Amino acid sequence: MRKLRNYFFVLLGLCLVVSLSGCATPASSALGTEESQVQLRSIQTRAFDTTDKKKMMQTVISTMQDLDFVIEKADFTLGSVTGSKFAGYETVTMSVTVRQRGEKQLLVRANAQYGVKSVEDPLTYQDFFTALEKSMFLTAQQVD
Amino acid sequence: MNKPFYYLKQFFVAFLCLGIIGCVSAPAGFLKPSEGYLERRQLQTRQYDTTNEEQIVSAVAGVLQDLGFTLDDSETKLGLVSASKKADATSKGQIAGAVLLDMLSAVGGSYSNNTARCDKSQIIKASVIARPSLDGKKMMVRVTFQRIVWNMSNQISRVETINEPLMYQKFFDSLSKSIFLEAQKI
Repeated sequence: MRKLRNYFFVLLGLCLVVSLSGCATPASSALGTEESQVQLRSIQTRAFDTTDKKKMMQTVISTMQDLDFVIEKADFTLGSVTGSKFAGYETVTMSVTVRQRGEKQLLVRANAQYGVKSVEDPLTYQDFFTALEKSMFLTAQQVD
Repeated sequence: MNKPFYYLKQFFVAFLCLGIIGCVSAPAGFLKPSEGYLERRQLQTRQYDTTNEEQIVSAVAGVLQDLGFTLDDSETKLGLVSASKKADATSKGQIAGAVLLDMLSAVGGSYSNNTARCDKSQIIKASVIARPSLDGKKMMVRVTFQRIVWNMSNQISRVETINEPLMYQKFFDSLSKSIFLEAQKI
């Protein structure tokens, strides 16, 4: 019986090590992301066929408001909008930047954070761009 | 009880706990418009018969100050003003109920501290956007409120988006007055 008990404790210890090492957070993770830089950009960015930056930014703001965000900061020159909302007990913060791309297009990039985690899930961003498309009456185009 | 099974059970419980506290990932779909967002948009928006964007934005800043908010940030080119205020969140009913519960459990011989879980203070955040309507003849003003509530032991007890029609009603009533006052240069 004693042997069996020891066996369980060893197993428990092993599981502890495994589950703790899964979420290691060294200081270098402050600048780290799970996806590659290129991949992340393509997930978070879409191009729109318009050059009206002001209208684009105001539509971004109104879309974020539709999604329950409270807008905290915005800067027209930089093209950035930052807002936050609550999802359950977690805070979601998102910043969106709008900038010129060539002569005829605007690039919109969104990046969101859920609690202490950066959101890198393509579908989540797709949800946002779908909502943005609807309010903008334009199609969001994937950028390579 | 059979001893090996007892250990096995303990092991599973411990493992489950570790699994749960492990890596929390974001749930899907939190950037999808939730149900009833169109009604909320309507509740949060009013139109004003003017095309003067600057006048509206300064009236908005004025009304936020009237309501005791401090301005955090603004961008006139986009018609944005964001503000926040700290406020009392105590409710007499809630405290009375908690004290009664504490007294009852004291009489019953056990310890409880419901009073510490009562709401104490809150921060209310507001952001207002003024933008021209689609036909360009009116200004649309949209406001959203959010609040964070702390309890008596200074822990965050609640975070929420405020959806009470009364609050929005009050804001827009004050805004109408503010626009009138600014037009009259008072």
